Amino acid sequence: MKSRVAYFGVFTALALIFSYIETLIPINLGIPGVKLGLANLIIVIALYKIRLPEVYLLSVVRVLLSGLIFGNYFSIIYSLAGGLLSLTVMVLLKQMGSFSVMGISVAGGVCHNIGQMIVAMLVVETFSVAYYFPVLLIAGLLTGFLIGILANGMLKRLVNVYF
Amino acid sequence: MDSKLKKNDWILILGIVCIAALTLFVHEWKGENGVGVVTIKVNGKITGRYSLEENQEIEINDGSNLLKIKDGEADMISADCPDKLCVHQKAISKDGESIICLPNQVVVEIESSESSEYDAVTN
Repeated sequence: MKSRVAYFGVFTALALIFSYIETLIPINLGIPGVKLGLANLIIVIALYKIRLPEVYLLSVVRVLLSGLIFGNYFSIIYSLAGGLLSLTVMVLLKQMGSFSVMGISVAGGVCHNIGQMIVAMLVVETFSVAYYFPVLLIAGLLTGFLIGILANGMLKRLVNVYF
Repeated sequence: MDSKLKKNDWILILGIVCIAALTLFVHEWKGENGVGVVTIKVNGKITGRYSLEENQEIEINDGSNLLKIKDGEADMISADCPDKLCVHQKAISKDGESIICLPNQVVVEIESSESSEYDAVTN
């Protein structure tokens, strides 16, 4: 029990550090709102390594903390919607068992963007953001794939490590 | 841990690319270029409609955002929010396109003149 709490703290700290690193390197793809989502790397690894309720808790805690430290009231709501939708889809795909880490991460990346867009539609009460949909899909696909490759590499090295 | 992509991964990736291409195609096909009307909404309420024919600058939300209409295109040229995502967005001219400033809850939308109920109305 003690070590589980400690590991959870380490995961949270890692996710926060990755959020911070991401604010340091603005990877500008020329598309507003698109970023790599490094913190999702920790979520994907956690999905394979720690228990499911703890992954959800990690996701919420990480959004709240990074939102309070680096973002604002808006970014917390968007990240929370994106993060929870993305995590739920990743959990479902993982339970199906027929997807690799990359596939699960791609689905997560895409759903993260879709969740944020749904909140954006609700906030501004318009559906016209829908024309941004293809951009977000492809962006989520690419960033999700990159995160998936990284997560796959990490998980290979952590194969004998249990938390 | 297998590092190769499985069959289902490919189906997923292909599906996403197809949906993206389809929505892009629908948008390109639907949005024909023409002189239209730009509608400005603040907090979900329409605060003004302006013709794209007339070159002008419009203050939105008591000056929090500044919209410029030039050569049939509308472009956000300044905003007081920290991220300035709306300012960085490209100018819009096609039916259904929009510029959105989330922190100020400002939505600028293009409607083609045909689908609009009104003629160009200023202020």
